[in-house]
Amino acid sequence: MKEPLDIKAYLDADEQKDLLRLLTAGSVDDGKSTLIGRLLFDSKKLYDDQLAALERDSKRVGNAGDSIDYALLLDGLKAEREEGITIDVAYRYFSTNRRKFIIADTPGHEQYTRNMITGGSTANLAIILIDARKGVITQTRRHTYLVSLLGIKHIVLAVNKMDLVDFSKEVFDAIVAEYRQLTDHLGIEDVTCFPLSAREGDNVVEKSDRTPWYDGPALLHFLETVPIHADRNFDDFRYPVQYVLRPDLNFRGFCGKVASGVIRVGDEVMALPSMKRSHVQSIVTYEGEQQIAFPPQSVTITLEDEIDISRGEMIVKPDNQPHIGRHFTTMLVWMDEEPMDTGKQFFLKHNTNTTRATICALRNRVDVNTLEEKAGKPFQLNEIGQVDILTAKTLFFDAYAKNRQTGAFILIDPITNNTSAVGMILAPLDERSLENDLIPTLDLPKLGIAEEHYAAIDTAVKELARQGLEIKVKH
Amino acid sequence: MNQSNSQIHSALPLQGERGGGLLTHLQELEAESIHIIREVAAEFENPVMLYSIGKDSSVMVRLAEKAFAPGKVPFPLMHIDSKWKFKEMIQFRDEYAKKYGWNLIVESNMEAFNAGVGPFTHGSKVHTDLMKTKALLDALNKYKFDAAFGGARRDEEKSRAKERIFSFRDQFQQWDPKNQRPELWDIYNARIHKGESIRVFPLSNWTELDIWQYIRLENIPIVPLYYAKERPCVEIDGNLIMADDDRLPEQYRPLIKPRMVRFRTLGCWPLTGAVESTATTIEEIVEEMMTTTKSERTTRVIDFDQEASMEQKKREGYF
Repeated sequence: MKEPLDIKAYLDADEQKDLLRLLTAGSVDDGKSTLIGRLLFDSKKLYDDQLAALERDSKRVGNAGDSIDYALLLDGLKAEREEGITIDVAYRYFSTNRRKFIIADTPGHEQYTRNMITGGSTANLAIILIDARKGVITQTRRHTYLVSLLGIKHIVLAVNKMDLVDFSKEVFDAIVAEYRQLTDHLGIEDVTCFPLSAREGDNVVEKSDRTPWYDGPALLHFLETVPIHADRNFDDFRYPVQYVLRPDLNFRGFCGKVASGVIRVGDEVMALPSMKRSHVQSIVTYEGEQQIAFPPQSVTITLEDEIDISRGEMIVKPDNQPHIGRHFTTMLVWMDEEPMDTGKQFFLKHNTNTTRATICALRNRVDVNTLEEKAGKPFQLNEIGQVDILTAKTLFFDAYAKNRQTGAFILIDPITNNTSAVGMILAPLDERSLENDLIPTLDLPKLGIAEEHYAAIDTAVKELARQGLEIKVKH
Repeated sequence: MNQSNSQIHSALPLQGERGGGLLTHLQELEAESIHIIREVAAEFENPVMLYSIGKDSSVMVRLAEKAFAPGKVPFPLMHIDSKWKFKEMIQFRDEYAKKYGWNLIVESNMEAFNAGVGPFTHGSKVHTDLMKTKALLDALNKYKFDAAFGGARRDEEKSRAKERIFSFRDQFQQWDPKNQRPELWDIYNARIHKGESIRVFPLSNWTELDIWQYIRLENIPIVPLYYAKERPCVEIDGNLIMADDDRLPEQYRPLIKPRMVRFRTLGCWPLTGAVESTATTIEEIVEEMMTTTKSERTTRVIDFDQEASMEQKKREGYF
């Protein structure tokens, strides 16, 4: 019989769970899909008919003999099922009594670095899989480097297939020691290591009695409890204006998602680039007004004074400003089949701001296998390195290491509209030495345009700016 | 989410007590969805929200209302009416749009309808191709929409699990799973050429339970068909089909029996199987969902057509 009270209690508890986004990376044979399949399966979120479909598929193309091939649960697309490998980022969802999880499952082989970068950009935590028989290999270095580049704060090293090395403590310790050298070198602080057999379930959900020498928790327990609240930046208030809401003449609200920091009603704020100051009059949501907003809330802010602020501009606090400028140095990952063309003007999208941009200097390329720096030359697909970028419009940014939200951008090819590259900003650069000014100027008096047309031209120029085409107008 | 806001306030200044983020998972998902919806409104000339009248659509519509409150939502709702929807769905649709002041567009493939196309006479594949896929593509072309929101979730089906939130469609509305734009952080690439478009899925990261939980917390109205009631049903090919109007073929009519059923998904009534149930509240629905052994799409007949059929349909432009 039904017990409505119990389900109500369950839902009330469920409502209070928080969300952990995690990335998994490993090579084709490390048992990554098996591990994820087990996390999903053993946390009892696999429905029977998904299992039935799996049984059908296993008989045709499975690689696991008679037992269920957990990997097939995850490999959704037709094309890749035929290849027997995961070709793109796939998202999986499961929950336990304590937390909800989103897994970004990404492939391990070289040509798909861009997928791991894609899957990892929002992750709180990364699971790096290692085959215990092989130890730290080139791919491990590559994955770990990408995780550090993305600024993922927590790493889990899953030493898998421990059953194939007789659950040897020596093997595990040696791998962990070698891996910690790598993470120390990359400056990654939070690394936790687990001896696992995903296929047989050791230390995945339950602690295994075959690793009596291991005194840490099972993987799932760790995932449920690892603290992630401190990972967000609550210090530096950054509010990229996304949409201006004017339902009537009395209300002018600036919609946006709090990128970082905390804002309260009454706080003094400053609009960029105008530098005009005001105070927060209200923080409005569908439910009504609230006194405070923090990341990643989507809210609407009204100000006490009437200041003209458009999409792409930013509201900050006067005593804590981001870098304001058009020239910076950045790490860049090339994501496009078409190689980098340094003569091209790209569209750069940074928060809600879109502008023209050029890559004005190539500093180096990083060999993701050895982590060595090589001479800068135009990047091919999956290449990573440091470049300098010049934008047409002024950007309001922080170093990615300090602020993941305001330090990230994408480059869009102006012809194909593909996302050609993604960047993590390192530092601002001096603008005084720049000769290359990307912004064309319309000198209206010089062009002999009558004054009555100025307003119309201003409107058109503003619309172009919204689309990322900046033009200066001289009246 | 009113009741939780006070908890947030008391949790500040930012001492997370539960070892995690300061927002609950639903608050985080809500914020993400609102951000996505606003981004589309800001970046596209002519967006539209596709409305299926189902529970996911109901949540998506509420999120759009939230995104622009206290203003009005700056884009219309569009329902592709296959002419075989449950009567209660159509009634609910019209009442909801009126009550909340939505600009509602309804489009159908009248040519095929007048030619008598339907699931009983032409089979589910032809019916879906003409009355859903073609009707949708024609409508998108007719209004020249450059962005269309859909309520699909990644946990629904395997091919959706790999689709971007901003999913690029070529001029034929087709999806190419091998050629998706990289999508990082919350920076969405909205640039398209004339004739191309983007399908946007603001509920990508929501699960079925999240949807129910949200409907419960927010008191979002849903079509009563989701709740169990005695309804006239007939068993066709192992599916429990409700006789919603007199177009049920003659041979099935003597077999109609009253059954206590509800629907886990809503679509064309001849293609949507009911499940036997006594659940009349959201709590009971969730309880049933958690103890039941079938995931929701199994009650949708169109998925069985062929292996990887949803992927095929997406490639052709359906969803």
